[in-house]
Amino acid sequence: MAKEIYTKYKMAKYLRKEALPTALCPGCGGGTVLNAFANAIDQLGIDPRDLVVVSGIGCSAWIASPYFLADTLHTTHGRAIAYATGVKVGLPDKKVVVISGDGDLAGIGGNHLIHAARRNIDITVILVNNFIYGMTGGQVAPTTPFGAITTTSPYRNVEHPLNIAETVTSAGASYVARWTTFHVYQLIESIKRALSVKGFALVEAISQCPVQFGRRNRMKTPTEMLRWFQKNSVPLSKARNMSPNELEGKIVVGELVNREKPEFTEELNSLIEEVSEHYGLGDNNAD
Amino acid sequence: MIIRGDEPEQIRLLKKLYPKGNYFMQGDEAIAYGALFAGCRFYAGYPITPASEIAETMARELPKLKGYYIQMEDEIGSIAAVIGASWTGFKSMTATSGPGFSLMQENLGYAIFTETPLVLVDVQRSGPSTGQATKGAQGDFFQARWGPHGDHPIIAISSTSVEDSFWETIRAFSLSEKFRIPVLVLADGIIGHTREQIKIPDPTEVEIVYRKLPTSDEEAKYPFGDVHGDLIPPMPLFGHGYFTHVTGSTHKENGLRDVYTPEVHDRLVRRLHKKIELHKTEIQKWEEYYIEDAEILLVSWGVSARPSLGAVMKGRKKGIKVGLFVPKTVHPFPGERIKELSKNVQLIIVPEMNLGQVILEVQRFVRDEVPVIGVNKIGGVPLTVEEILKEIESSAERSRHRSAD
Repeated sequence: MAKEIYTKYKMAKYLRKEALPTALCPGCGGGTVLNAFANAIDQLGIDPRDLVVVSGIGCSAWIASPYFLADTLHTTHGRAIAYATGVKVGLPDKKVVVISGDGDLAGIGGNHLIHAARRNIDITVILVNNFIYGMTGGQVAPTTPFGAITTTSPYRNVEHPLNIAETVTSAGASYVARWTTFHVYQLIESIKRALSVKGFALVEAISQCPVQFGRRNRMKTPTEMLRWFQKNSVPLSKARNMSPNELEGKIVVGELVNREKPEFTEELNSLIEEVSEHYGLGDNNAD
Repeated sequence: MIIRGDEPEQIRLLKKLYPKGNYFMQGDEAIAYGALFAGCRFYAGYPITPASEIAETMARELPKLKGYYIQMEDEIGSIAAVIGASWTGFKSMTATSGPGFSLMQENLGYAIFTETPLVLVDVQRSGPSTGQATKGAQGDFFQARWGPHGDHPIIAISSTSVEDSFWETIRAFSLSEKFRIPVLVLADGIIGHTREQIKIPDPTEVEIVYRKLPTSDEEAKYPFGDVHGDLIPPMPLFGHGYFTHVTGSTHKENGLRDVYTPEVHDRLVRRLHKKIELHKTEIQKWEEYYIEDAEILLVSWGVSARPSLGAVMKGRKKGIKVGLFVPKTVHPFPGERIKELSKNVQLIIVPEMNLGQVILEVQRFVRDEVPVIGVNKIGGVPLTVEEILKEIESSAERSRHRSAD
């Protein structure tokens, strides 16, 4: 039966059918992100054979692996970007994409995120931010809103969330955007741009986890969560004129940065040329 | 890109850059040159004493050979990048020491489980924790065996001199490529920082081993399947349109995750062990000195094997029938051979720079049939010929008294 449903879905050709149906909970935003990514790949006409998708540990890591049909590297917790760095250096002509969650990429793996952005290596990161450690049962994350209830902040969260998109912008990425699963078309456009930019690109996709986050924070259904995204989202242009107080608890959406900068693997390869020339190692210098 | 397919050019470059002849260098540098001659063209690392010279040598030399050096943000990222690069076909390496080796254990387990070839050099230093950062030690013997969690096989090799470090690093790459498993080089801060003469060979004298690649699309469908009957699956590299799926979760032969079927886990983990067990004779290596008529047998590894050999030679001059066994592959430990040798000896002495690690392996194989004693030294200063000789002499003395009784 499942097979029949998937043959009706236009993007099914990009999925590993033997791995379906997905293990994601009903109402999870992960499917929306997977759909947006598949649409972006489709619209850009990227051959999945030219893709390597890398992910870490957690619900969002499953979006890429095993569900996406490409070379897929499902790594250890937090280290997807570091693994992807080796992959990209080895295959500079392929698109290397990391899809994983906030806890994985910005919590345990935060250091790799910052440094990959600093290197400006040509990797596209789709960071699915659902404010929570979902797979392990809904524990507080570095992205959980101040005051929110989780299984390890049962009274209220006394920590402040990390602003991932701004952090990565400051670290030096070529491209950074933030959208929510409510903004599906903008999300697709940004993923397309992120895939096209030469350099480190981050798309932070705010996503709903009604089971582990919404349920404990007065948003039991996915619809309630999407409505919350809709009401709380502020476009970047508008946010620029708002005070920090006014922005408290808001989700600023849009394209934070899109700039041309020297890219890491290109630098590495031109270094090889320079060194070869410096030491006279070229073929024509053969003894 | 890699040496495979680019051999004539790579050999031309190696010949031009490092002409055959005598060089004077540190053990760390010899490890780096060994890696370069073995075809390593990707290195990711993080500075740490006493392993930093390996990174420095690779950073300087790799670009000359069209290879890549990356300095990562930590040791966890270093081995991660090495694994990623290995799946694109690069022979890849990282090097570190105690604290960094500890940080690498999780991803080392990943590499073992996903059968990713790589070489990890641990230039052992005095621990635990930061310990004596600049001082050598041999305290990581069991961490090398059991560092990552869970049941797993491992190959670890240890060298005894600067020149030996060059060749043993090449052997590490060969074993890693051939058996699709990470190979550890257990160097130490003393040999790592010792300068000695070393003969660099002509690159054509070095045997180069490559990992098996799938010969058909059908074979490529089973990145973790025993398609050739030798328990070593061919490796469908990324970027070839195979849609290879690699995960650190328990996986089926086709790479897809299956953590619910006990047989799948059992089959996979047992094959990984059998893969090494089946090829053990090819993997194990040791050296024997003066063992034919030995009554006292020394078993010593790495840097400690040197004063041990000195002590054996001096002991022989004094008429003591003493011999030496040096395991060069330390995991899987060549204990069967020691057991064989133990049948003809009265005593086994195990000198090492720790409070007793290899001795436990020796005892495991020899059991109580022959007494086994350790000569142990910590504090960062290597064992001396005299210290070991003293133990040999007093042991010989004791056994003379015993036979006189």
